[in-house]
Amino acid sequence: MSEIQTTVDSIVDQYQADPTGLLSVLQDIQAKMNYLPQEALERVSERMKVPMPRVAGLATFYSAFSLKPRGRRVINVCMGTACHVRGAPLILDTLERKLGIGIDETTSDGEFTLLKVGCLGACALGPIVEVNGEIFGQMTVTKADKLPDKLLKEDRGGTEK
Amino acid sequence: MEPRNEATRQVLTSVADLDTLRTNLTGKQDDRPIIALCAGTGCRASGCMKVAEQFEKDLEDMKLTDKVRVVHTGCHGFCEQGPLVVFRLGKDQAAADADGTPHTNVFYPHVKPAQVRELIESNIQQHRTVDKLLYREPKQKQIVVEENDIPFYKHQRRLVFELNGLIDPTSIEDYISQGGYQALVKVFTEQDPEGTIDQIIKSGLRGRGGGGYPTGLKWKQCREAEGDPKYVICNADEGDPGAFMDRSVLEGNPHSVIEGMIIGSFAIGAHEGYIYVRNEYPLAVLHATIALEQAEKYGLLGDNILGTGHSFRIKINRGGGAFVCGESTALMASIEGFVGEPRAKHIHTVESGLFDKPTDLNNVETWANIPIIINRGVDWYTSIGTGDVSKSPWGGSKGTKIFSLVGKVKSTGLVEIPMGMTLREIVEDIGGGVKDGKQFKAVQTGGPSGGCLPASKLDLPVDFDQLVEAGSMMGSGGMIVMDEDNCMVDVARYFLDFLRGESCGKCVTCREGIDQMYRIVNRICEGNGRPGDIELLEELGETVKEGSLCALGQTAPNPVLSTLRYFREEYEAHIYQKTCPAHVCQGLIRYVINDNCNGCHVCYKRCPQQCITGDVKGMHVIDQASCIKCGICYQSCKFDAIDVLTGNEQPRTGAAATAK
Amino acid sequence: MTADIATQAQQETVTFTVNGKTMQGRRGDSLLKVLLHEGYDIPHLCYHEAVTAYGSCRLCLVEVKKGRKTKVTTSCNYPLMDGIEVTTNSEKIRKHRKVVFELLLAQVPNSPELQSMAAQYGVTDTRFEKKYQDCILCGLCERVCREVVGVNALGFMGRGVEKDVGAPFKQPSKTCIGCGACVYVCPVNCIKEEQLPTKRTIVRWERNLPMQTCKRCGYPFAPTYQLLQMQKQTGLPWEFFELCPDCRDVKD
Repeated sequence: MSEIQTTVDSIVDQYQADPTGLLSVLQDIQAKMNYLPQEALERVSERMKVPMPRVAGLATFYSAFSLKPRGRRVINVCMGTACHVRGAPLILDTLERKLGIGIDETTSDGEFTLLKVGCLGACALGPIVEVNGEIFGQMTVTKADKLPDKLLKEDRGGTEK
Repeated sequence: MEPRNEATRQVLTSVADLDTLRTNLTGKQDDRPIIALCAGTGCRASGCMKVAEQFEKDLEDMKLTDKVRVVHTGCHGFCEQGPLVVFRLGKDQAAADADGTPHTNVFYPHVKPAQVRELIESNIQQHRTVDKLLYREPKQKQIVVEENDIPFYKHQRRLVFELNGLIDPTSIEDYISQGGYQALVKVFTEQDPEGTIDQIIKSGLRGRGGGGYPTGLKWKQCREAEGDPKYVICNADEGDPGAFMDRSVLEGNPHSVIEGMIIGSFAIGAHEGYIYVRNEYPLAVLHATIALEQAEKYGLLGDNILGTGHSFRIKINRGGGAFVCGESTALMASIEGFVGEPRAKHIHTVESGLFDKPTDLNNVETWANIPIIINRGVDWYTSIGTGDVSKSPWGGSKGTKIFSLVGKVKSTGLVEIPMGMTLREIVEDIGGGVKDGKQFKAVQTGGPSGGCLPASKLDLPVDFDQLVEAGSMMGSGGMIVMDEDNCMVDVARYFLDFLRGESCGKCVTCREGIDQMYRIVNRICEGNGRPGDIELLEELGETVKEGSLCALGQTAPNPVLSTLRYFREEYEAHIYQKTCPAHVCQGLIRYVINDNCNGCHVCYKRCPQQCITGDVKGMHVIDQASCIKCGICYQSCKFDAIDVLTGNEQPRTGAAATAK
Repeated sequence: MTADIATQAQQETVTFTVNGKTMQGRRGDSLLKVLLHEGYDIPHLCYHEAVTAYGSCRLCLVEVKKGRKTKVTTSCNYPLMDGIEVTTNSEKIRKHRKVVFELLLAQVPNSPELQSMAAQYGVTDTRFEKKYQDCILCGLCERVCREVVGVNALGFMGRGVEKDVGAPFKQPSKTCIGCGACVYVCPVNCIKEEQLPTKRTIVRWERNLPMQTCKRCGYPFAPTYQLLQMQKQTGLPWEFFELCPDCRDVKD
């Protein structure tokens, strides 16, 4: 059995392969593997006895899921209304240009995935960008332009904040 | 922090057990000063956990760890000023300000780790406030010491949020010692299910999720519906962009929601419940999970709760990131493991909902209102708000409503107001007015289902019915203030763009209708609007509204229709004059350098298109043909030397440029 | 609806009016089904008697007055109730219908089937931007495959404007049996079938299926996978499926 299948099986077992747990199963796989590999979805379909189109339908309906591997850092640009009126579209444009990728794409070195998200609920601090759980508030175009380099630098041991 | 021994939590088998526990907890309550540190998502984003670490370290260094109680509370609402720290001091511990006046709830905004030691020394040891770190109100810049004197808080009526700044949301004991689960006891000992439902009907409580349907009526219909089992659901799939009060309640006081749900389950006759919470809210998921575990430990959830014979359990379901799942039938489909496609409600969910069984679904804030109503009574509750609900709960809007007051106001955050307060009071008194001396333009309420109201509607009292009449709606409580720099056509486009991606895609009217509305508004923004577009939008909007299955489609045209109603001239300017009066729409504006330019060369270096020419110390020029209107030069210019122009506007020259 | 309610409901006769005329029917029946049966002219694309009503095309809109409230609703998934007053052809309905046709014509401008249906209702052009797609996402193919054929080869993928219908991952279908039910049921004829002596191709799902030749007459009468599915459902011996329907009838 492949590694993916073993991972899927252990998650499916937690929900006793009950089809009502399908969404939770997919969330757990996404959390564990960072995306939903096709092989994993096929295993889910087989183990939970849910037809493949329904599994694939769920995986493509909910934006929490990705069918492609995501980068080491997922940059979520908040596009909530409060962020929008304070200039979020310009922040997104800047990050797209800086990273050379569009929304829902990953840089070729696998460092960054760029996503936009409806609202992160930190509206009072807009515009907001979230990276792997850390929230960067009151963004400006200039801050956004520098963000990717700053994140890479922090990872190399720098503590600049 | 309080030592907490998991093993001491034992199942309470009677109401008397709970009373004993409460007495013990209250008796044990010490009179140590409390340092209440907001640890909600907003303050975490501003770095409060580093401040918390510093408090722990400094208190230890100062050998004060046992002398002070540090509480990591839920969100205080004033997120913009985070990290927030409030020193809650006893009367004999009060801290004196510069005038010598003693204070017992001293509020510090924007606290940094480097300031922690001084705060402790001064407030705790010397009983003095640190005046330079105190909050200054935005209008006259006067110092305000007491939390409750801050204008942002002073005009609020905090009921649901009452405990948010006091208790540790991960401690059920904190909640119980503050009177938590007393409403449940009252219901169990003094009321029967019908009596409870009757109270909720009489209280006039209406759904805080947006629809405003009377909660008591929903409970009644669900109780009377045939079918077994029955379910209750807490909708915490707060998807309205610009609204985050449900997150804050669930994060900051999860037990109030759980207590409400247990009472609801008892009234309805349900034994299973679900909390459906957005996966984008990890802290809310965590705190709700902890709260459920603790409530189970005490037997407040499970079989035979407090020996009353009533059994009830709650499960948590995480949402998958779909706005449409805030719609009740889509949410139920999602819990069942399907895509969130709404279904026709010709048969209501109270009769046939989750797993085709009678189901009552209420929003987080609605549930959190239940213990308040039970504890303080119908007469007290109905004294707050508008209208007369003595004959029908439809007769008015009672209690409070939490709004997220955000956008272009000075003080942003979560505000809880009594129903009936005017928009002006909220924006001016609580929010401190529009930022940066700009002109107020509109306030958007109700999220993508709501509308934009202009200055002429500022004296509108906020309640369910008045907002609808004005062309907007309460929604879940987003309140986004916009100023003269916001383009209303762009705002309409924003909501349409959001919705065309969030529609489930089933109904042609919603999927294709919203997409076509987006295409029309988008071309207007790009400067390609045509005569007749406004009328076409109105006609299409009506069909999308009436011809779609669920509330998402039925309300989707509201942002367009309401901006057309109040800001039609802005659409006309885009279409006929090809100008964007707010200088927002990229297709209709240009960036031009004016006389203020001193050749600092910063824009030249920052421009991603390299379309700015000019020598150091010489006047710079933007090549309009290759400019992509990214705005980087405008934001980086420190000398106010770049003008954003639309139509025939010309850059400022000479005195006009320097005068600003 | 639960099975109990449904059965109980079906036994009850209810009285209602259509455009002022009093009628009777069975509670819970599809309003559209009843209206079509009574000869009312109501356009519809996503409805088919053989499958569950879905309500996606929004063409069968009618006005229904129940109690004091009148609302616009699709009739296909409206369960017949006692005392409702239905209006099928008001000015409001005609207006909405026209816009819905225009939306469909913008999405799929080149379907002769759609064009001719729209023309019957006086809509020959659209004021909206043409998107030049070929499928209106009515979902009949998906429902017929799941509910009638029992194969589940198709599903909806994505949501909003990105929504699509087909085999998972936009890959060639691995499970389609080539029965052609989706081809037959598609109202805009965007699912095509190609038939050769040895194989059948369902073009949209990129599925090639070998044909079973009749053991007796040698005629390639059905895709083998379709016969296997029929065998699974009926439990008949495989020998039964080795003969084409014509030869089956001939007694030895």
